[in-house]
Amino acid sequence: MSLLDVSELTVRSADGRALVSGVSFTMEPGARLGLIGESGSGKSLTALAIMGLAPAGMTVSGSVVLDAPGLVRTEVVGAAERRLNGLRGRAATVVFQEPLTALDPLMKVGHQLAEPLRRVRGLRGAALRKAVLAALEEVRLTDPGRIAKAYPHEISGGQRQRVAIAMALACEPALLIADEPTTALDVTVQAEVLALLDGLVSARGMALLFISHDLAVVSAVTDDVLVLKDGEAVESGRVLDIVNTPRHPYTRDLVGSARQLDSALDWSRR
Amino acid sequence: MTTYLLRRMAFLVISLLLASTVLFLLLRLLPGDPANSLLSVGASPEQIAAARHQIGSDRPLPEQFVTWLGQMATFDLGTSFISTLPVGPEIASRLVVTVPLTLLAFLLAVVVAVPVGFVAAHRSNRWYGPLLNGVSQLGIAVPVFWVGMLLIAAFALYFHILPAGGFPQDDWTNPGDALTSLVLPVVTIALVMSASLIRYVRSATVDVLDSDYLRTFRALGSSFTMAMWRHGLRNAAVPVVSILGIELATTFLGAVVVESVFALPGLGSMLAKAIAQHDYPIVQGVLFVSTFGVLVIGFIADLVQRLIDPRLRGTLSRSAR
Amino acid sequence: MSQTNIPGPIKATDPDSTVPAARRRGSATLLIGCVLAGAVVAVAIVSLFWVPFAPEDTSGGRLAPPGPPHLLGTDKLGRDLLTQLMIGARVALTAGIGSVALGGILGVAGGLLAGFATRWLDDTISALLDILIAFPTLLLAMLVVAAREASLSSAILAIGLAMSAIVARLTRVLVKRVLAQDYITASRTSGTSWPRVVAEHVLPNIWPTLLVNLALQLGLAVLAEASLSYLGLGAPPPNASWGRMLQEAQATVLTAPLGAIAPGVLLVVLVVGVNLVADGLRDVADPTRRRTR
Repeated sequence: MSLLDVSELTVRSADGRALVSGVSFTMEPGARLGLIGESGSGKSLTALAIMGLAPAGMTVSGSVVLDAPGLVRTEVVGAAERRLNGLRGRAATVVFQEPLTALDPLMKVGHQLAEPLRRVRGLRGAALRKAVLAALEEVRLTDPGRIAKAYPHEISGGQRQRVAIAMALACEPALLIADEPTTALDVTVQAEVLALLDGLVSARGMALLFISHDLAVVSAVTDDVLVLKDGEAVESGRVLDIVNTPRHPYTRDLVGSARQLDSALDWSRR
Repeated sequence: MTTYLLRRMAFLVISLLLASTVLFLLLRLLPGDPANSLLSVGASPEQIAAARHQIGSDRPLPEQFVTWLGQMATFDLGTSFISTLPVGPEIASRLVVTVPLTLLAFLLAVVVAVPVGFVAAHRSNRWYGPLLNGVSQLGIAVPVFWVGMLLIAAFALYFHILPAGGFPQDDWTNPGDALTSLVLPVVTIALVMSASLIRYVRSATVDVLDSDYLRTFRALGSSFTMAMWRHGLRNAAVPVVSILGIELATTFLGAVVVESVFALPGLGSMLAKAIAQHDYPIVQGVLFVSTFGVLVIGFIADLVQRLIDPRLRGTLSRSAR
Repeated sequence: MSQTNIPGPIKATDPDSTVPAARRRGSATLLIGCVLAGAVVAVAIVSLFWVPFAPEDTSGGRLAPPGPPHLLGTDKLGRDLLTQLMIGARVALTAGIGSVALGGILGVAGGLLAGFATRWLDDTISALLDILIAFPTLLLAMLVVAAREASLSSAILAIGLAMSAIVARLTRVLVKRVLAQDYITASRTSGTSWPRVVAEHVLPNIWPTLLVNLALQLGLAVLAEASLSYLGLGAPPPNASWGRMLQEAQATVLTAPLGAIAPGVLLVVLVVGVNLVADGLRDVADPTRRRTR
C-alpha cells in the first residue's frame, strides 16, 4: 500500500467556498513530491488537511489514508482526535514556513526539541540532554550548547528553521511535509537549509512532500510535482517533464517566469 | 537582571516623589487657605489654628513643600483636622477591612474568570460561547454599587441569610462574623471584576488557540491538551498578568465604592467622609497610601511579567515599546 | 469517505474570507449599540423640551406606585420618577460627553507632545502619565471634587482630567508607532514640514483607534459620574443623576423597587450601547484585525 493516498480531497471554508477541490495524489515510501502553486492555491491547506489540522470551521471531505510502517492504516478525514494524535509525528510531521512563530517564544529551544525526543525515544535526564545536542549537530548547528539554552528570538531565522527541522526529524516520521520551509529565510541561507533538508531526507529514507511557490526550489529537491491553482490540481508529472514540456497554460506561465528570471541572471553575468 | 531591578526601584522612588508632589500641589492650589474651609463645617477656632499650623499656611510655599516631602518620606501623615488624631494609625485600622475585601474579591474574580474565559474562547462555536460574551458585556457596563444594592435586596432583605451591611466592632476577633459581613461585598466586586477579566482571558486564549506554535506541537504528535498545558498556559498568562496589576487597582476602587453600599468601616468610607468634612490630612493620607499601594503593585506586576516572558528582558520599561 | 468538521487550531489561511464577515458582524454590533445608546440620547434630548412634571415638584406623595399621572411613580421626596429619569439621562450624557471631550482634547494634545518629544522630555512625560494613571480614576476625581464644591462641572473636570492621562498615553504610543514608519521619513525627506506631517499622516492614522478608545471611555465616564453621585460627590439636587437616585432609593428597595431598578437599568443600557458602538466601530474600521471568532 502507498504511504499516503489522497483521493478527492476537498476543503470548504465556513461560508461554503471550496478552498481545495478534488485533489488526488499518492506517495510511496521514500518518494519526493512537490506541491507548487501561488498564494491562495490551497497548498498549505492541503498539507494541514493531511495531518488532520485544518482550521476549525473548515469542512474536509474526501479521503486521506496514511499507511506508515509500524502504524495502523488510518483514514484521516473524520478520524477521532485521539487516533490522529498517535499518527502525528510518527507517520507524518510538518516543518512550517515561519520559524519565529512556529516555536514557543517563552521556552528555551533545547527544551522544545526535547519534547518530541522524550516522547518518541523515551529518554530522560542526561541521555535526553545528549540527544538534544546530537540532534542540533545533525542539522549542522555550530555551538549546539549555546543554541539549546537560547530562546527563539535570540537566534537567527536560519538557525530557528534548522531547529524546527530537528524537531520534526526527532519524531522519526515516515513522511516529512515541508510547507515553504525556506521562503521566510534570507536568500543566502535558503540554499544551505535546502541542502540540509535534502541530505537528511535521503539519509533517513523519508518521503518528502515539499510545498512551495518557487518552481526552481521545488525542482531542486523533488522528483514529481503537482501544480495547484485555485484549489484544483491542474497538472502533475515528473519534474523534468513539467519543466521542459508544460501542458496546462498555468504551468506554462510558471515555467516561463522562472526561466525569465534565470536568463536575466545569465544576462547580468555577461 | 540586577541592573533592571535597581533601575526599576529608582523609578518607583521617583514615581512616589512625583506622586507626593502632585498631591501637594493639588491641594495647595485651592483658592485661599485650606484651613479656612473648616469654617464651613463649623470647626472651633482651636481646630482651625491647629490645622493652619500643621499645614504651615504662614510659611512660604517652598518651605511647605520641603516639610511635606519630609513628612511623606517618614510616613508622617499628620493629624486629622477634625479628630486631631494621627492619620497613620487611623488609616491602618481601616486597612484591616479594605485589604481583605480587595484581596478576596480579586481572588474570587480570578478564580471565576480564568475557566470561564477559557471556555468562552475554546467553545465559541457552541451556544454558550456568545452567551458568555453577552454576559461579560453586561458585567462591564453595570455599576458596582447597583449590583451591591440588588444583592442586599435579595439576600439580606428578602431571604435574610446574610447581613445587609456593617462590620463587627471588634474587627477580626471573630473571623466567622467578619467573613460573613464580607461575603456580599466580596461577591459584588468579584462579579463586576470578573466580567472584564473574562474578556482578557478569552482574548489571550484565542491568541494561543490561533497560534503557530500550538499547531507545531500538535503536528509533532502532542495531544491538544498537552500542547495547551505545556505551551498555551504560559503564553496566555503573559497578557493576562500584564493587566492583573491594573485590575487589582480597579478592584481596590470598587472596594472604595462598595464600602459605602455596605456601610463597611474601610478606607473608602473614611475618604468620603473626610472629603465632605474638608479634613485634608486624611484625604491626603488615604490618597498617598492608595497611590503607594498601586505603584508597588505595578512594580510587582512588572517584575512578574519579566520573569515569565524572556522577550521582555532586553527592554527597560513598558512605555519604551 | 466522510464529511466532517475536524477540530483544530483556528488559522485564517484565507484572510480575505474573514474581512467581509468581520465587517458584517461589526455593522450588526454597531447597529445594536446605536439603537441602545440612541434611545437614551433621544430621551435626553426630549427632556430638554418637555418633562412630565417640574423637577422640583414634590407634590406627588412619597413613593407612590406607578399609575397616572405619575407613570412610574414617585421617589422618596415625592418627585415624579419619570421626570427624574429623563433629566438623569441628560446629566449622564453631559457628564460622559463633557469628560470625554475634556479628556480627549487634553490627552491627544499631551500625547502628541510626548510622541514628538526627545528622550528626556519623553521619559519625564511618560513617568508623569504613569503616575497619573496610578492614581485610580475615582480617587483622583474625588480629590478634585474635594478641592471644589460638588457639582456636575466638578465631576466633569475630575473625570476628564483622570481620563486625559489614559488618552495621552495611548496617543503617545500611537504617535510613536506612526513616526517610526517609513512613509514619514519619506515625507520628511521630500520636504514636508512637521505640521503638515501631523495633519496629513499622523492624525489620519491614529484617529480610528483613538475614536474607539474614546467611545469606550465614554461608558467609563458615565459610570464614574454615577459612582461619584452615589457617594454624594456629584451634581446636587435638583439635578437628577441616576447614581444619586439609586443612593436615595437604596433604603426603599423592597417597598418601592422601581426607583431602585430603573436608573440602574438605564445606566446599563447606555453603557452597553456605547460599548457596542465602540466594538462595532473597531470591527468596521479595521476588519483585518485577527478576530476570526
